[in-house]
Amino acid sequence: MPLGLLKYGFASKYPARRDIPAPKDLNKSYDVVIIGAGGHGLSTAYHLARYHGITNVAVLDKGYIGGGNTARNTAVVRSNYISPEAVAFYKASVELFKNLANELGYNQMYSQRGQLTLAHSDASVRTFTLRAEVNKHLGVRSEMVDRKQIREIVPCLNMGKNMRFPIQAGLWHRDGGTARHDSIAWGYAMRAAQMGVEIHQRTEVTGVNINAGKVTAIETNRGTIQCNHAIQAVAGMSSVVAKMAGIQLPIRSYPLQAMVTQPVKPFLDPLVSSAGLHAYVSQTARGEIVIGGGSDPYELYSTRSTLDLKESLIAHTLELFPFFAELKLLRQWAGITDMTPDYSPIMGESPVKNYWLDAGWGTWGFKATPISGKCMAETIAQEKTAAMIQPFHLDRFKTFKLSNEAGATAASH
Amino acid sequence: MDTQINRLPASTGLYVDHNESITFSFEGKNYTGLAGDTIASALAANNVWLLSRSFKYHRPRGVMSMAGLEADTLVQLDGEPNVAADRRKITPNLQVSGQNYNGSLEKDKNANMGAFSKFMPVGFYYKAFFRPKGIWQKFWEPVVRKRAGLGKIDFNSPHSYFDKCYKFCDVAVIGSGPAGLSAALIAAKAGTEVILIEQESLLGGSLNYSRFDAEGKVASATRNELLEAVVAQPNIEVLTNAVCNAWFADNWLPIIQGNRMYKLRAKEMVLASGKMEQPAIFHNNDLPGILLGSAAQRLIRLYAVRPGQRAVILTANDDGYATALDLLENGVEIAAIADLRPSPIATPIYEQINNNGVSIFAGHTVYAAAARSDKNHIQSVELREIIGQGQCKNESKHFDCDLLCVSIGFTPTYQLALQSGGKISYDDETARFSISQLPKSFHLAGAVNGFNKLSSLLDSGNQTGKAVCDNLGLDTKGITSQQTMSSTSNTYGNHPWPIFPHPKGKEFVDLDEDLQYADIVNACKDGYSEIELVKRYSTVGMGPSQGRHSALATARLVANETQRSVAEVGVTTARPPFRAEKLGVIAGRSFEPERLTAIHHRHKELGAQMITAGVWWRPGYYGQPKNRDQCIRDENLVIRNNVGLIDVSTLGGLEVRGPDAAEFLNRMYTFAYAKQKIGMSRYLLMTNPAGTIIDDGVACRFSDEHFYVTATTGGVDNVYRTMLWWNTQWRLDVDITNVTAAYAGINIAGPNSREVLHKVCNDIDLSPEGFPYLAVREGTVAHIPARLLRVGFVGELGYEIHVPASQGEALWDALLEVGKEHNIQPVGIEAQRLLRLEKGHIIVSQDTDAMTTPQEVRMTWAIAKKKPFFVGGRSLQLIDNHPSDRKLVGFIIEASQNESPKESNIILDGNNIVGHITSVAYSPSLNKIIGLAFAKADTEPGMQISIKLSSGMVIQAQVVEMPFYDPENKRQEM
Ligand SMILES: Cc1cc2nc3c(=O)[nH]c(=O)nc-3n(C[C@H](O)[C@H](O)[C@H](O)COP(=O)(O)OP(=O)(O)OC[C@H]3O[C@@H](n4cnc5c(N)ncnc54)[C@H](O)[C@@H]3O)c2cc1C
Repeated sequence: MPLGLLKYGFASKYPARRDIPAPKDLNKSYDVVIIGAGGHGLSTAYHLARYHGITNVAVLDKGYIGGGNTARNTAVVRSNYISPEAVAFYKASVELFKNLANELGYNQMYSQRGQLTLAHSDASVRTFTLRAEVNKHLGVRSEMVDRKQIREIVPCLNMGKNMRFPIQAGLWHRDGGTARHDSIAWGYAMRAAQMGVEIHQRTEVTGVNINAGKVTAIETNRGTIQCNHAIQAVAGMSSVVAKMAGIQLPIRSYPLQAMVTQPVKPFLDPLVSSAGLHAYVSQTARGEIVIGGGSDPYELYSTRSTLDLKESLIAHTLELFPFFAELKLLRQWAGITDMTPDYSPIMGESPVKNYWLDAGWGTWGFKATPISGKCMAETIAQEKTAAMIQPFHLDRFKTFKLSNEAGATAASH
Repeated sequence: MDTQINRLPASTGLYVDHNESITFSFEGKNYTGLAGDTIASALAANNVWLLSRSFKYHRPRGVMSMAGLEADTLVQLDGEPNVAADRRKITPNLQVSGQNYNGSLEKDKNANMGAFSKFMPVGFYYKAFFRPKGIWQKFWEPVVRKRAGLGKIDFNSPHSYFDKCYKFCDVAVIGSGPAGLSAALIAAKAGTEVILIEQESLLGGSLNYSRFDAEGKVASATRNELLEAVVAQPNIEVLTNAVCNAWFADNWLPIIQGNRMYKLRAKEMVLASGKMEQPAIFHNNDLPGILLGSAAQRLIRLYAVRPGQRAVILTANDDGYATALDLLENGVEIAAIADLRPSPIATPIYEQINNNGVSIFAGHTVYAAAARSDKNHIQSVELREIIGQGQCKNESKHFDCDLLCVSIGFTPTYQLALQSGGKISYDDETARFSISQLPKSFHLAGAVNGFNKLSSLLDSGNQTGKAVCDNLGLDTKGITSQQTMSSTSNTYGNHPWPIFPHPKGKEFVDLDEDLQYADIVNACKDGYSEIELVKRYSTVGMGPSQGRHSALATARLVANETQRSVAEVGVTTARPPFRAEKLGVIAGRSFEPERLTAIHHRHKELGAQMITAGVWWRPGYYGQPKNRDQCIRDENLVIRNNVGLIDVSTLGGLEVRGPDAAEFLNRMYTFAYAKQKIGMSRYLLMTNPAGTIIDDGVACRFSDEHFYVTATTGGVDNVYRTMLWWNTQWRLDVDITNVTAAYAGINIAGPNSREVLHKVCNDIDLSPEGFPYLAVREGTVAHIPARLLRVGFVGELGYEIHVPASQGEALWDALLEVGKEHNIQPVGIEAQRLLRLEKGHIIVSQDTDAMTTPQEVRMTWAIAKKKPFFVGGRSLQLIDNHPSDRKLVGFIIEASQNESPKESNIILDGNNIVGHITSVAYSPSLNKIIGLAFAKADTEPGMQISIKLSSGMVIQAQVVEMPFYDPENKRQEM
């Protein structure tokens, strides 16, 4: 029994710990207004308060905190990307994850159980090898494994040659892992609020006021608030909110679905994904099997679930784990993912002065929550795009200096 | 020995056959039940109520709803975990065991976990287990993981057969209770095609187990009449044992029946799914022996099982009294009735009970239940008088009992309605949920819409049937409904606050997750007061029953704690599926097509090692795997020095015809095609709007308005799709057909190819002048009508011959036959790739990635600068002003014994990664290792690049001009 829980056991009255502040009125103005109280917005707020002493901050969300993609994602945390700038960025995030619970005093249950990505074709073997080579060069633990090693890592996997596209090899990423997704937002919210940041739920941003090319105020359903800086961290709504500031983003929005089975006794520690089958699988601490895949094929701003995607995703999952046929699906859901042409985010400066972008997080932004907040806070505090996120600048689409992650993002998020 | 001590006589039990016994085992002990029994009902007949242990505290649990709604009835079968014991029928020798216990189900070593519940407050895992750093993963996570989960999965579970079937209808009616039946009848009489879907094995819904009158007669009479009418209706198709498991856009309904999934598209949808009875919240409300009133009724009427010997009833509506009558009539003694209402309404059913002399305690609740000495069943209850919301007097009355029936209210079975976009609201007066804002083609009928009395259920069904017909434009004036009763609108009796906290806790709000009253309240205190946050923080509603028994109570508790209305708090989003569904059913039979070329069997006969190329199988090389390298080398040299055959049938083929054919290609590809000569071919390079290379091929012009276009094996489907996509916008007068599978293709190449071909082709002038390089011809080869393309595919004199797929094998045989004297050989794609690499040809998607532009691979020669437009053109212009940092270069390394570079090895500039090897191989013609790599943009022939080998060693390679082989391209133009 950890000591931290003793006080609950012995207290006569529940020693409530107010993690999320009670609703209150909006002030007239703030130094920084953060649009979107998802993981990214709250992480930014936390880093502003903790490391830059900026606490006159309001985080606004049209729904409840962490209710967007932070609540919907499948919590794959990895750094086995392909471009050097992305590997460095996500590696830094993984480092922050390692210490997050202790830094925040809130357990995110982060665990590096390893991620195995399976190759069923020569093309995948080539791409994975490149990722392994790049990763190794940059100090990330990734290596190619053969069929025998795969059997040792996940003994229950279907290694049959009778599979339509038999497993040829795998990319074994020891640094890969997972965390309890919601708790990332809550932990940051709790600490940010303790330092004076205000969090306003059910507060929808409806407009951005700009004067002489600089942001001056944010309009909401609860009134207009003045601000010196504003940052948007609204994931699937990036284009819509950016448009309020007159900014056009090269983003297409697609629904992304995921699903979960009833809990069964644990049998699968690593995260397993297959690029060829567009499916990935992990088992949660509760024993449920989480299953995810690729985005829906057409653009849409609706978080409805579909039967078609479920059918094909599950069929593919059963190729990997035929015995899952007897498992039972409990729930399926969807989120809106903002896809950029190069599968990298859009971060930093925007055409509007003091209006900062944290957008284009597509299907891969959960793992970046700590580092994004850190970099965005630095950017706002210095009024200049932080060095680490310079490659993710919006201008790259004008200069065609894209940061290509297409090959490392498919189906493992 | 028959131990079915709770079995009722044959006059009851709609589902069971009293003449057919079935033996099965539970926890290793044999039991006898009846055919038609579920696992739970058969065990109940044997007076076995303990089925499983709860998720967190390992508390003893049994059935509560008899409707497959809760997690506590989940049991383990051989090879199948988490089976609902109150839905799965017993079969001879079925082996069943309980779940989630340590030791034995009856004496679980972890049974005392609940004693520590105060040390495990809501969200406790967020509050601890992380000091010192790293301890979670090292120590605590393994501890927690070991305890997680319910049933056990079997890696060797036998493979079952699953399938799917499409269906279409005018009206889908979900649920066959009084409302569903009457709605279906009206719609069918009006001439619509109706499919009636019922999850139970018999139609009737609540008519089969509920009691609607004091005499207990009306239900079966109504049922019989309605069912007769349904059977007589040819327009109604009935699916029983079938669950409509979700609603997807436009009434797209997955109906699961056993191992089959019907996919039903319905014009109109009637949801007549009834209501879910809700538990009350008090100390030890989870003990086995505590049933919902409706569960007791189901046991009696459906399964002929007496639910106990001596019962207490906790109620707040007429249903509790109806249950009491049912119990009395079936030999169960009633110790007491506690009615939460201060003054119960004196309905006929109530009067009957009252007249029976049963003690009724109005304004009382069950404050606590107590367990038997083995802790595994209820033994007594403690009644207290209510003095305020959730508050009681201190005095209590105790009653011994082995059964407690709870009837304090309901929620509508609203899942499908909410999935369709319906909104839930809460009426403080009636204390119940209702649903509104449904799609126009989605209708509610009966209890799901709040109705309760039989008359109003029937009436609601009739009204809905008419509304459906109105939507479909059908006249219902002449149609008489089967059953009409004078109807008074009414709703079922929900008590607003059947919640009684206890100093000792264990008043469970969510039994799946072992969440007590305090957990919900404290989640709000911790700041998690939005309902979705309460759910996520406390896990309420996340278990197998998905909040069916906890949503209403949670909403009330959160509303109360945060001083908001229940309506404002709401419920969490309803997501598919309705019931947990087997993954095998969703997947169905796997459909992963394989494509074989027309010559496939010949390759096998020739000893080819087949490899996959997209969905196709292709010969990699011909010979034993142990001789792989030698085979590839020989095949390479046979083409360089003699003549070889390559099966190229998998390459994509598209016919583009029409007045705008040339204009269409001009827009789709980077080169210019308007002035391309008839009888000539031209290279094709396709870019996407961002200017990225996505495919290549050749365009053969056979007439002004007809191009035959080739594409890569892996790319053709996307090319075809992309063409159609663009032309829906451009609306050019052009017809595009994917004919890939209609043609077989053979490439005959090598210095002797002309001579061999000449022997079987005499209607085409094959001379260098008559059929020059890049020309295309139509004629016959071995009497087979053929298209011939003189392309430089592998950099030698060669012809690609395309014939109808049915003739592919004949062509192959003929060429091998006439080539014998030249010792012609078949050549696989490994050698083909090598041959092409020697010529510096890129393979799209191997030597290019998702961002590669023509500039980066030195193919700007394939871009027509003067065209007004092509897809990607604008981007390519912009890119000209922002040159890329990298480009593809050719390199060579002298062949040696040391470690050779591999594809994907990285190229370094200092310590920076600047590129990687995309293709590399040993070239037998050149006796060197040759390759392509991305390197810094300023890399020129003569310079060195640094390759980091897989071992970590860095070596230098020489950058050279390309092609590596025959730089003047003389050989292919012979
Ligand atoms: C099914 C699925 C699986 C995924 N799996 C992974 C994974 O395994 N690993 C990974 O790294 N990433 C994954 N992702 C992506 C990841 O979830 C997101 O990139 C990440 O959570 C984005 O975080 P955020 O804080 O930027 O956005 P969010 O959490 O979406 O927060 C944005 C917030 O902005 C609010 N908002 C929007 N518009 C307004 C407005 N006008 N006014 C006020 N507030 C507004 C929203 O209500 C929301 O709360 C997945 C996504 C989905 C949908």
